[in-house]
Amino acid sequence: MRQPKIIVVGGGLAGLMATIRVAEAGVPVDLFSIVPVKRSHSVCAQGGINAAKNQKGEGDSIAKHFDDTIYGGDFLANQPLVKRMCEAAPGIIDLLDRMGVMFNRTPEGLLDYRRFGGTLYHRTAFAGATTGQQLLYALDEQVRRHESEGKVQKYEGATFLSAVIDDSGVCRGICSMDLRSMEVTTHAADAVIFATGGIGAIFGRSTNSVVCTGSAQSALFQQGVDYANGEFIQVHPTAIPGEDKLRLMSESARGEGGRVWVPKNPNDQRPPRTIPEGERFYFLEEWYPKYGNLVPRDIATRAIHRIVYQEHLGLHGKAAVYLDVTHIPRETLDRKLEGILEIYEKFLGVDPHVEPMQVFPAMHYTMGGIWINGQDQATSVPGIYAAGECEYQYHGANRLGANSLVSCIFGGGLAGPAAVKYAANLQTGTEAVSSTVFENEKKRQQEKNQMLISNQGSENPITIWRELGDIMTEHVTVTRINKNLELADSKIRDLQARYHKINLSDRTKWSNQTLNFARELENMLVLARVVTLGALQRNESRGAHYKPDFPERDDANWLKTTRARFSDGEIQLTYEPVDISQIPPRPRRYDAAK
Amino acid sequence: MPNKTDKKEVLVKVKRQSAPKVSPHWEEFRLQWRPYMNVIICLRDISENPVTSDGRPTTPVSYDSNCLEEVCGSCAMLINGKARMACSALVDQLDQPIRIEPLTKFPVVRDLSVDRQFMFESLKRVKAWIPIDGTYDLGEGPRVPPEIQEKGYPLSRCITCGNCLEVCPQVNEHNPFMGAAIFSQVRLFNMHPTGKMHAKERIAAAMGNGGIEDCANAQNCVVACPKGIPLTESLAEINREAWKQSLFGWLAG
Ligand SMILES: Cc1cc2nc3c(=O)[nH]c(=O)nc-3n(C[C@H](O)[C@H](O)[C@H](O)COP(=O)(O)OP(=O)(O)OC[C@H]3O[C@@H](n4cnc5c(N)ncnc54)[C@H](O)[C@@H]3O)c2cc1C
Ligand code: SF4
Ligand code: FES
Repeated sequence: MRQPKIIVVGGGLAGLMATIRVAEAGVPVDLFSIVPVKRSHSVCAQGGINAAKNQKGEGDSIAKHFDDTIYGGDFLANQPLVKRMCEAAPGIIDLLDRMGVMFNRTPEGLLDYRRFGGTLYHRTAFAGATTGQQLLYALDEQVRRHESEGKVQKYEGATFLSAVIDDSGVCRGICSMDLRSMEVTTHAADAVIFATGGIGAIFGRSTNSVVCTGSAQSALFQQGVDYANGEFIQVHPTAIPGEDKLRLMSESARGEGGRVWVPKNPNDQRPPRTIPEGERFYFLEEWYPKYGNLVPRDIATRAIHRIVYQEHLGLHGKAAVYLDVTHIPRETLDRKLEGILEIYEKFLGVDPHVEPMQVFPAMHYTMGGIWINGQDQATSVPGIYAAGECEYQYHGANRLGANSLVSCIFGGGLAGPAAVKYAANLQTGTEAVSSTVFENEKKRQQEKNQMLISNQGSENPITIWRELGDIMTEHVTVTRINKNLELADSKIRDLQARYHKINLSDRTKWSNQTLNFARELENMLVLARVVTLGALQRNESRGAHYKPDFPERDDANWLKTTRARFSDGEIQLTYEPVDISQIPPRPRRYDAAK
Repeated sequence: MPNKTDKKEVLVKVKRQSAPKVSPHWEEFRLQWRPYMNVIICLRDISENPVTSDGRPTTPVSYDSNCLEEVCGSCAMLINGKARMACSALVDQLDQPIRIEPLTKFPVVRDLSVDRQFMFESLKRVKAWIPIDGTYDLGEGPRVPPEIQEKGYPLSRCITCGNCLEVCPQVNEHNPFMGAAIFSQVRLFNMHPTGKMHAKERIAAAMGNGGIEDCANAQNCVVACPKGIPLTESLAEINREAWKQSLFGWLAG
C-alpha cells in the first residue's frame, strides 16, 4: 500500500492539533508556518476555553452550551457540527489537562471554571490570563515530541503562496516561499489542511497578531476555494487603543466582576475613583439587567458605541469608557487576571488595580472563513481541508467568548483524520501527477515576485495597507450603511488599481520582508472586498452584522449562509440554507432571560 | 525627561546587516514623536519611509514581531544595550538616540532578525513535554494541588525569547550552554504529576555538554527575563537534582 503524505499550513491551535492527529495515524506530515509555531497568534488568547463540565453544581450541560452557542450566534451556524463540538468539549479539556496545561485549580485539585459572556454558567477553564499561550504550548510540545521521533517535518519561516491544483481540480500540494532565501518551491501532498488563523490585518489595526492577514485564505479563494459568511466580523467591546495594535482587555476582566461605566456628567473632571456611585452610569447593567456586563460582544460593542456617539458620554469627550476592576480584591486580580492587567500597565504605564482602565471596541475575530462541509472540515476543492479561525463553521453570526479555542482544537482534531482517510482512499496519489503541474505553479509564483521586485511605480505598500485599514474600520465594522459599503468597495478597487503601481523600497533577494508584505497585501485587498460585498448584500441585522436601516433579523429572507466564489476574476455571492434541524430559531434578547 | 520640543522627534540608530556574513553598519533615523510610541512603531515608521537622517534612501529594517503584546517572544533585541522585547519598549522611557541592535548570541539573519532555532533544539533534547499515550479519550488528567499550579504556571509563561541566553556569560561561541529557559522548563515538567514519571530522563538530558553543570551562577538571566520567571530558583533546583542523580545514579529518589 502506498504511504500517503499530508501537509498542514499553520501552526496555531488548529494546525498543531491536526498535525498531532495525522502523526498519530502514522502518516508523515509537513508543517508550514510563517512564524515558529510556538509564536503563533493563539498565544494571545487570554480568557479561557469553554466546556460544559458542570463542575460548579449549577446544572450546566452540553445541551446548554450548545444552545448558548447557537443563540449567541443568532442562529446562523449549522447546528449539527456545533453540537458535536459541544459534546467533544469536555474531552478536549481532559486531553489538555493530561498534556500538562497549568489550568487554575480549586482547593480539591480540580479544574476551576469562570464565567464568560453570553452564558449564565461557569463554563470557562483557564490558566491565569494566558490560557491561549498555555494551550498552544501544550500542543507545541506534543508536536515537538512527534518531530523528534521523525514523524513531523517543520518548515518554519516559510509562507504559503498557493495550492498546486491539477487539471481535474484536485489539490496535489502547495507552493511556498522561504522567508530567508525568498526561494519559491513546491511540495507534494495528497491532502493539505489549512489552519492559517484570522484576518485582522485587513482592518489595519485590530487585536490580532501581525501575521493574521488572511492572505492564505484569499489565495485559496482566488484558486476556487469558496469562502463563507465573510461579512461576520466580531468587534470586541474592550480593547486598549494603540497605534500599532488594539490590545485586548479580555472578557475575563468582566467575568471576574469588572464593571463598565461612564460618569453621568460627561464633563466630570474628577479622578474616576472619587466619583460617587450615584454619579456613575453602569449602562450595561442598567440596559441588560439579566446578563449585565456579560452580554455578548456584539451587544456590548454597540452599547459602547451608543454611549460615545449618540449619548455623547465618552470619557472627556473621547471614544473611551471605563472598565473598572478596582473594587476586586488584589489577591483575586493577581491570581486570575495578572497577565492582562500587566499588559495594560506595561503598554500605558497606568496601574489598573487603582485606576479604572480606558477601553474602546476593536476588530477582533472573523466568524466567516473558508467554506467547509458539515461533516469533516473538507472545503469545496478535493484535497483541501480547513480548521480554526480561518474557516466558518462554528460561530454563526457572533462568536461567544472562549468558544474559539475549543472550535480550533475540535476542528483541527477532525481535519487530521479526515485528510488521512481521504489520502488513503485516493485512486492515484500525488506521486502520479505530472511534474509540469508543479512547475507551472512555481513559475506563476516566481513571476509574481519578479513583477513586484522590478515594478517602477510610485505606491508604497504600507500606505495602501493603512488606507485599506481605515476604510474597513470606518465602514465595515460596527455599523453598516449600504451607501458607505458601496463607497468602501469602490475605494478598495481604487487601491487595487494603485497596487499595480507599487514600488518596493527593498529589491534585494535575501529575507525581503517588504516583498512578502506586498504579496500579502494583494490578497488582503481581495478578501476585504469579500467582506464588504457580503455586508452590502445582507439587508438585515444579525449578530455582529448591524444595519440601522434594517434593524431586525430577517429569517424569512436571510437565514442563509453567504457563499462567495471567485470566477473569471469576479466575486460572486450565492446563498445556501442553514441547518437548523436541532434548535428552532427564536428571537435573541439579552435584556431578559432567554 | 526630554522637554516638550525635543519630544517632537525621536532619534533612532539601527545596526544594519543585510545578510548573515556581511559586516554590520549603523544608520540613523529621525522620526516623528507620538504618544505611547514603542520600538516596533519606530521600525514601522522606518519601513514606511526608509530614509536616513542625512536624507539617504535605504531599505526597510528587517525584524521579527507577531503578537505586539509581549507574549509570542519574537521581537527580542538589544535596545540601548539591553536585551528586551521591542514591542513593550516605550520610547518615552528610553534615552535618545535609541540604539537598536540584534541579539549577539544568535546568528543574525538580517538586521534585527536572528535565528533562535538552538533553543527549540534544546527543548527537544531535554524532552520538554508530557509523554501522553495518545489524544483519544482517556478521561481526566491527574489532580494537581493548587500550590503546584501556582509554582508551575509562572514557569509555563516562558516565551522562548532568548533574553536569558543573551545576558548569560556562559553562552558563547565556544560553549553550547542551553541557558536558563531550558532548565526552567525541565523543572516545570518534572513538577507535573505525570511529567514526574520521566524526571530522570530529563535530568540526564540536562547534564553533559552545554548542560546545567556549566551554570556559573551569574544571575543575569533572572533580571533580563521579561516574564519575571524565577530562573535562579529553577537553576538551583535542577542543579541539585543533577548532583543527586550523578552521585547516586538513577536510583536516587
Ligand atoms: C487578543 C485575543 C484574545 C483571544 N482570547 C480568546 C479566548 O480567551 N478564548 C477563545 O476561545 N478565543 C480567544 N481568541 C480567539 C483565538 O485566539 C483565535 O481565534 C485562535 O487562537 C485562532 O487559532 P488558529 O489555530 O486558527 O490560528 P493562529 O493561532 O492564528 O495560527 C495561524 C497559523 O498560521 C500560520 N500562517 C498564517 N498564514 C500563513 C501562510 N500564508 N503561510 C504559512 N503559515 C501561515 C501562522 O504562522 C500561524 O502558525 C482571542 C483572540 C485574540 C486576538
Ligand atoms: S526564561 Fe524568560 S528570558 Fe528566558 S527565554 Fe523564557 S521568557 Fe525569555
Ligand atoms: S511581538 Fe510578540 S513579544 Fe513582541
